[in-house]
Amino acid sequence: MSDTILEVRNLKKYFKTSRGMLHAVDDISFTLERGKTLGIVGESGCGKSTTGRCILRLIEPTSGEVIFDGEDVLQLSGHSLRERRADMQIIFQDPFSSLNPRKTVMQTIAEGVEMRGKYRTKAEIEGRVLELMETVGLAERLINSYPHELDGGRRQRIGVARALAVEPKLIICDEPVSALDVSIQAQILNLLKELQRKLGLTYIFITHDLAVVNHISDEIMVMYLGQTVEKAPSEELFKNPTHPYTKALLSAIPIPKVGGPKRERILLKGEVSSPIEPGDVCRFAKRCSYACEACQKGCPALKETAPGHLVSCHLFGSPGK
Amino acid sequence: MNAENRENLRPDQENVLEIDHLTVHYVLEDETVEAVNDISIQLKKGKIMGLVGETGAGKTSTALAVLNLIPDPPGVIRSGRVLINGRDMLKLSKKELEEVRGSEVSMIFQDPMTSLNPVFTVGEQIAESIRLHEKCDQKKAMERAEEMLSLVGIPPERAAEYPHQFSGGMKQRVVIAIALACNPHLLLADEPTTALDVTIQAQVLDLMVNLKQKMNTSMIFITHDLGIVAEICDEVAVMYAGRIIERGTLDDIFNHTRHPYTEGLFNSLPDIDNRTAELKPIPGLMPDPTMLPKGCAFAPRCPYARPECIETPQKEQAVSDTHFVMCSAYQDPSFRIQRQEVFYE
Repeated sequence: MSDTILEVRNLKKYFKTSRGMLHAVDDISFTLERGKTLGIVGESGCGKSTTGRCILRLIEPTSGEVIFDGEDVLQLSGHSLRERRADMQIIFQDPFSSLNPRKTVMQTIAEGVEMRGKYRTKAEIEGRVLELMETVGLAERLINSYPHELDGGRRQRIGVARALAVEPKLIICDEPVSALDVSIQAQILNLLKELQRKLGLTYIFITHDLAVVNHISDEIMVMYLGQTVEKAPSEELFKNPTHPYTKALLSAIPIPKVGGPKRERILLKGEVSSPIEPGDVCRFAKRCSYACEACQKGCPALKETAPGHLVSCHLFGSPGK
Repeated sequence: MNAENRENLRPDQENVLEIDHLTVHYVLEDETVEAVNDISIQLKKGKIMGLVGETGAGKTSTALAVLNLIPDPPGVIRSGRVLINGRDMLKLSKKELEEVRGSEVSMIFQDPMTSLNPVFTVGEQIAESIRLHEKCDQKKAMERAEEMLSLVGIPPERAAEYPHQFSGGMKQRVVIAIALACNPHLLLADEPTTALDVTIQAQVLDLMVNLKQKMNTSMIFITHDLGIVAEICDEVAVMYAGRIIERGTLDDIFNHTRHPYTEGLFNSLPDIDNRTAELKPIPGLMPDPTMLPKGCAFAPRCPYARPECIETPQKEQAVSDTHFVMCSAYQDPSFRIQRQEVFYE
């Protein structure tokens, strides 16, 4: 019965460096249902943004399959790729550098509107731009403004309108609210949720902010050094974090409540190790307080510990443990 | 909790920092940015005060004024006093300021990547600040620098390495080591963990709280993250458009919120324990600091605003001995905001 819009299989992206291969994304697989939101969380350098960009082929993946509506995006080229890409859009983190400073709001949004070829005359295009501006809550009078005249929240609304202009089915949101103040962040999050409800959009929501990801996602995938360490429905993940890294990550979130029951904080030792030639070991083992011999002997595979809950850790999933 | 906090705020205790009616403006060619408007803060020894607010609220200008580092021009300190251990920073000579900065008060900036000098080793940079303030030779200073490094959790043998050989979290530790090298009474930390990942942020916050306890340093912690405030601060001051609109103990601000803006901040945050709770953002934007309204600066966005709020300037009112709010609605004793009071066992 499931209506899969996107299936990613064994996606890999290695970068060549002078010290060897950098494993930015290392064998990521997941499926995403239409109209749902997948949150990808992890710390800087874990490969979450690279994953998003590989799906759109903004970065050419090393290997793998990205099946969008039954078609492998990685096999497409030229015209058919351009057409497919219009179904998938991206909203970037920094609304200050992701907009062309020489284009007005009208020009920026119109570019996307023209791409679909549905609206041809100038009046039609302008009408559509105004419609989109209203959808994302931008006042009509701003139509001829330049990005530098607007604040971060409004610029991010332009980013959303530009993505919507091509009428996509899937939007990859790469840290769309991280550069914004909390009161503005809440406005944009509400807007994204409302658009999803109205237009049936599917989101991949990439962020390092766990409170935000919990709020917006149906399912969450936790990444560490290019790999998925845990994936589960949001509620399950927060109620029942299983991987030692996820546990530490969740315990490290500062919670804005005072006087309630004390939480136990798991402080991780050290820092993320290098993604260059990581070898066939558990990549988290160096910082993990449960590390044992098995962790040095091979990279743990993802195993299902509960329905829909996948964990890659030698401690879980194998019989007898 | 409340009783204990009040105990600690007895007036007989000495204030390490006292800001008195401070006003900082930036005078530009055709407009004046009213960054800080008549704020007053007192901070006791060994306490951490969270200075909370959104971009442009005047948090960093306040911190710079404490160090007498407001760039002039265009910055002008219109009025006020900043007393550190009783001495007015704004009246000191250049030479006196140099002595005070680094030894009595120091600052940690947001971005550890740009606050270190790339051509000196981290050991030399820590030693420099020690030698500037204490009479000792280079060898002794380097020894102290290595001690400082191990205090912030970096192996002392790494003193000979350059900043680019350190990761972001490690660099921030080095910056903290420099700031604390001369054991200042007051530390101003301007978003010190914003550029760091959560697990590294947790390490750095843990370190700062431990050091505070060890050295009994007072701290002003500037942040926009109420989660961090809840975790490490003793007191909170909430800034909006250059004013402190509410201040009090942690318990006062988080569990007995009074100001509509503070309420709006809390309502904008996703609740990690209840993922379906609706976010209620504050409508609109912060007013342009070159054109602040005559009355309450928050009134245009405030759901409780009445006509007189827009016209009349607000005065600070006491809710309790520790809790102050700048909102004239409380002149009506029956006025309540919607946010529930929270009581824990």
